Amino acid sequence: MLDAIGVKSFDELLGAIPDGLKRAELRVPPGLPEQALREYLLALSRRNADVMTQQSFLGGGAYDHFIPTVVNALASLPEFVTAYTPYQAEASQGNLQAMFEYQTAMCELTGMDISNSSLYDGASAVAEAAIAALNVTRGRRKLVVSEAVHPDYRTVLGTYMRGLGIEIAHAPVTGNGLTNLAALDDATAADATAAVIVQSPNFFGCIEPMADAAAVAHRKGALFVAVVNPISLGVLAPPGEYGADIAVGEGQPLGIPLAYGGPYLGLFTCTEHVMRKVPGRLVGMTSDRKGRRGFVLTLQAREQHIRRDKATSNICTNEALMALRALIHLCALGRDGIREVGELNLRYSHYAAERVAALPGFERRFDAPFFNEFVVRCPAGPAEVNRQLRQEAGIIGGLDLGRWYPELDDCLMLCVTETKTKDNIDALAAALEGLPCTVH
Amino acid sequence: MEFPEELRYSTSHEWVRTSGAKAVCGITDYAQHELSDIVYVELPDVGREVEAGEACAVIESVKIASDIYAPVSGKVTKINMQLDAAPETVNADPYRAGWLFEIEMTDPAEADGLMNAEEYKAHTEVETH
Repeated sequence: MLDAIGVKSFDELLGAIPDGLKRAELRVPPGLPEQALREYLLALSRRNADVMTQQSFLGGGAYDHFIPTVVNALASLPEFVTAYTPYQAEASQGNLQAMFEYQTAMCELTGMDISNSSLYDGASAVAEAAIAALNVTRGRRKLVVSEAVHPDYRTVLGTYMRGLGIEIAHAPVTGNGLTNLAALDDATAADATAAVIVQSPNFFGCIEPMADAAAVAHRKGALFVAVVNPISLGVLAPPGEYGADIAVGEGQPLGIPLAYGGPYLGLFTCTEHVMRKVPGRLVGMTSDRKGRRGFVLTLQAREQHIRRDKATSNICTNEALMALRALIHLCALGRDGIREVGELNLRYSHYAAERVAALPGFERRFDAPFFNEFVVRCPAGPAEVNRQLRQEAGIIGGLDLGRWYPELDDCLMLCVTETKTKDNIDALAAALEGLPCTVH
Repeated sequence: MEFPEELRYSTSHEWVRTSGAKAVCGITDYAQHELSDIVYVELPDVGREVEAGEACAVIESVKIASDIYAPVSGKVTKINMQLDAAPETVNADPYRAGWLFEIEMTDPAEADGLMNAEEYKAHTEVETH
């Protein structure tokens, strides 16, 4: 074979690699017996703080929700866990059916016409929504994004748009914790803006007037992109009802553990009008020659392995295992369950807000309606409050907002999900009241 | 395989039927056969200015999404709205009911520079080999 390609030796093929890197010494310790290895890894993992062993009131895009055992039990089946790209119709009907059902569940949850079989996460889903909108409105080169959209999502969007040379205008947040609609309107240019992107509940947990924001976008001929929290759709109006053209979000709240940031799940749904510009995989239902129902990947000619540089997106994957977990989670909850979860989140977070705001030196920063997160001004620096909360009470506190919003550097954002009880919340309030830095 | 005598043809398998400055355009029988079952046709907006050779439409079939190029320069004045609900018309009747768009030519003589039926037929034979 070396003769066939005109090369004298195998090493000649490696000629381009600098000498110092070839056959470099690999400083890897010797192997351990399984028992020793297990002990070593356990010791490492015990250094983590986790929601199994500590109360956490952290939110901000990744949430601690109760995951029914059935999710792990079913999603752990080897046929699902070990399958690699199981999309051939002749070999993977089970997986394809699961993805089809996931898509169906997403449409039912959001009230939108179409769902793809998922993207990486909420952040990239926002970027893909922007790209789809730019493709649909052909010729428009601007985007408008609310500053109350998750800061990480906005950063990722910026990264995607930089390569495309798209201009992004930001609409600021009012003192009420909501997007400034007048500024949103001003920033949206008729004939130039492809999409207006607003999140609800927004990064501060506040519920935005989405129908009004959608109207702003549509008046100027732009698409309206809603960024949503799927677990909130049991109690909040879904994007299909308030005129979203594209609805995206982070699916982690649906049966996916926090797992130090991933893998998570990008939701992507839209109206029929956007169908041909949908990124990612789409599973369709059809029948074979004998009239039997079957599932296939469909509308594949959109994708980059066929359209190449003219494809809507260069994504050629999805988060099938996470989408499966989300599907099982939704099925386990059912229509009533998802509403119940939403109501519990609302009730507990509002009780917590009441208790914390009543503590000396603490007050609600925004008075807009909220779902399961709320922002409070602290009597001492948020970082110090959190540090003392960990030390004194072993509680993981809220998100220190000064990291992204300098004007909120005296604020913490607390998240309360259905994983908390009244006692837990009372304990948080008592702990906060008794901290060295908050005691008067 | 049909190659109507009265039409002119581009190397990228579009046909043109002219009358005065108007040019009705579509894809050839050869093209629709190569594409196989067409499932979607994306047409240019009416009013769009195009240059000859510019990609202005997309035809999506079960196996490929193919760019369609304007065979002549001018302004798009009409598009075949029937294709939205019945894209398969392009397969069934590529030269008549399956027309794609009409262009008001900037230079009516431009169509003369395209191939005639015989030249185009020879072109498809070269391509097949």
